[in-house]
Amino acid sequence: MNSIVKKLFSLIVTVLAISLVTFIVFSLIPGNAVLARLGVDATPEQIAAMEQQLGLNDPVLVRYFRWLGGALTGDFGQSLQYSGVSVSELLSSRLPVTLVLSGLSLALIVIFSVPIALVGVRLRDSVFDRLMTVLGQILMAVPAFFLGILMTYIFGLMLRWFRPGAYPSLTEEPVKAIRYLIFPAITIALPKIAMTVRFLKSAVKGELGMDYVRTARAHGSSEGRVLTHHVLKNAMIPVITFVALILAEILAGSIVAEQVFSVPGLGRLLITSISGRDYPVVQAIVMYITTVVVTLNFLVDVLYRAVDPRLKRGGV
Amino acid sequence: MKKRWTLSRIWEFLKLNPKIFAGLLLVGFFALMALLGQIWTPYSVTRMDSTSVSLAPGLQHLMGTDNFGRDVLSRVMNGLGITILVAAVTVMIGGLIGTVIGAITGYYGGIADAVIMRINDMLLSFPSVLMALLLISIFGPGTFNVILALGILFIPSFARMVRGEVIRFRDRDFVRNARLQGISDFRIIFVHILPNARISILTAAAIGFNNAVLAEASMSYLGLGVQPPTPSLGRMLFEAQNYLLNCPWYAVFPGVTIILVILGTALLSEGFKELS
Repeated sequence: MNSIVKKLFSLIVTVLAISLVTFIVFSLIPGNAVLARLGVDATPEQIAAMEQQLGLNDPVLVRYFRWLGGALTGDFGQSLQYSGVSVSELLSSRLPVTLVLSGLSLALIVIFSVPIALVGVRLRDSVFDRLMTVLGQILMAVPAFFLGILMTYIFGLMLRWFRPGAYPSLTEEPVKAIRYLIFPAITIALPKIAMTVRFLKSAVKGELGMDYVRTARAHGSSEGRVLTHHVLKNAMIPVITFVALILAEILAGSIVAEQVFSVPGLGRLLITSISGRDYPVVQAIVMYITTVVVTLNFLVDVLYRAVDPRLKRGGV
Repeated sequence: MKKRWTLSRIWEFLKLNPKIFAGLLLVGFFALMALLGQIWTPYSVTRMDSTSVSLAPGLQHLMGTDNFGRDVLSRVMNGLGITILVAAVTVMIGGLIGTVIGAITGYYGGIADAVIMRINDMLLSFPSVLMALLLISIFGPGTFNVILALGILFIPSFARMVRGEVIRFRDRDFVRNARLQGISDFRIIFVHILPNARISILTAAAIGFNNAVLAEASMSYLGLGVQPPTPSLGRMLFEAQNYLLNCPWYAVFPGVTIILVILGTALLSEGFKELS
C-alpha cells in the first residue's frame, strides 16, 4: 500500500513538472497571445494595454499558478485561433471522437491479436503461422499515413464503403459516425496487431518452457488447455506493460489517422493548433496526453501487484 | 592484430550476413538515387507542365506525373535526399550527445546518473510521434526544426544503451589496468571502453535512422516538416491524397519508396544485432 501512495505522489509530481516546463517554454515564445488577438498592425500602446489586461506583465510563476488554478477547475483559458471559444469547450467537443476511435482500435487489436497469436503458437511453423509472420513484418514497415491512404483508396474510392472526408457528426448520427470511424480504427490497429501478435507469441513461447507447463502436460491436460488455462495467465505480466504501451501508441496513431481521414478529434485539433500557434490549446492537449500516459504507467504498476502476488511481498 | 578489410574479406563477411547484405543493397540503392537526385533528375523537380497532367506510369515518365504535370520519379529522387539528410543528421545529433551523456553517467554513476536516467525513462514512455509533435509545437514547423526536434528525441535511447554498455565494461580488468597506469578517465571512456560498444552503437544508429525516416515523413505529411515547394516523400503523400482518383501512382511510388528504405534499415539493424 505504502509504495502505491509513493507512486501516486510521483505521478502528481511528474504531471506538475511537465506542466511547469511547457508553460515556461510556451511563455518564452514572444508576443503571440497579444498579436493573435490584435493582429500584426497593432500599435505598441494597444499591445501594452492588452498585455496589462491579460496579466502578461506578471512574473511567469505567478501566471503559471493562475493557469494551474484554472486548469484544476477545468478552465484552460481562451483559444487564440477560434475567437470567443474556450479551450475546454474545444477539448470537450473533440475528445469523444478520439475516445471512440481509440476504443474501436483497442477492441480490434484485442479481438484479432490474441487468437492469431495463440493459433500461431499452437500451429508452430505451419503455413498459417509463417504467412502471419511475413504479413506482420510488412505491416510494421508501412507508415501509418500511407496505410491510411491505401485504405481510403481501396475502401473509400474503389469499393465505396465510406465517403472519404465526409465524416458525419458523432452526436447527430452516431451509427454512421462509428461506421466511418471503423476505417481509421483499422488503420491504427493493423500495425499494432502485428506488434502484439509478435510480442504475445514470444511471451507464450517463453512460458511454454517452464516446469509448470511440463507438470500440467504430465497431468494429461490437452495442449489447448495448457495454453488457455495455464500459460496465458502467466504470460499476462509482460502483456500488461505492453498494453499500456499500445494504448499510448493508439493515442499517437490517432493523431495521424484523424488527419488522413479528416476526423475532427483531439489529434487533428493538436495539429491545427500547432500550425496556428494556438498555445493555450496546445498546452491543454499536452497536459491531457501527459496525464493519460503517466496514469497508464501508474496503473501498470498497480495491476502488476494484483496479477503477481509475489510482488506484494517482495520489494520490486 | 588488426584485420585488413580486403575486398575478398568483405565479400566473405557479406555472404555470412545476408541481412546486412540485403540491407546495404537496399539502402545503398536509394542513397545513390537520392545523391543523383541532387545533381540530375530526368525532368525538373518543381516545373509544372499543363500538357502532361496526371499521366500514368510509362516509358516517358517511369512513375507517371502528378496533378500539376510534374514528373513523380524526379520528385521522389530529389525528395529522398531531404529525407535521408534529415534522418542522417538527426541520428548524428542524437547519437553523439546521447553517447557522451550515457558514457559519462554510466562511468561515474551517482546522483546525476540516477536523475538523468529517471528523466530518460519518463521521456521514453511517451510515443515518439507525440514527443516529436510537442517539440515541433515549441520550435515551430520547418526542416531545420524537425532535425532539432528529432535529434533531441533520440538522445535518451542512445544514452540508455551506451550507459548499459559502459557499466558492463567499467569494472573489467583492462579498465582497472588502465586506471592503475594513470590514464585519464576521458581516455579510458572514449578510447578503451567505447570501442567495445561499437556494434551496439551501430545497431542503435540503424534503428534510429529507421525511426527518423518514418518520423520525418510523418511530420512532413502533417504539414509540420519540410515546407513546399521543396519535395519530400511525406509531403508528396499529403498532396497526392487529394488526387487519389486521378493519379493513385503519385501516392503509391513515394509510399513504396519510404517502405523500402525502412525495410532496408530494419534489415541492417537486425543484421548488426546478430553480430553481437
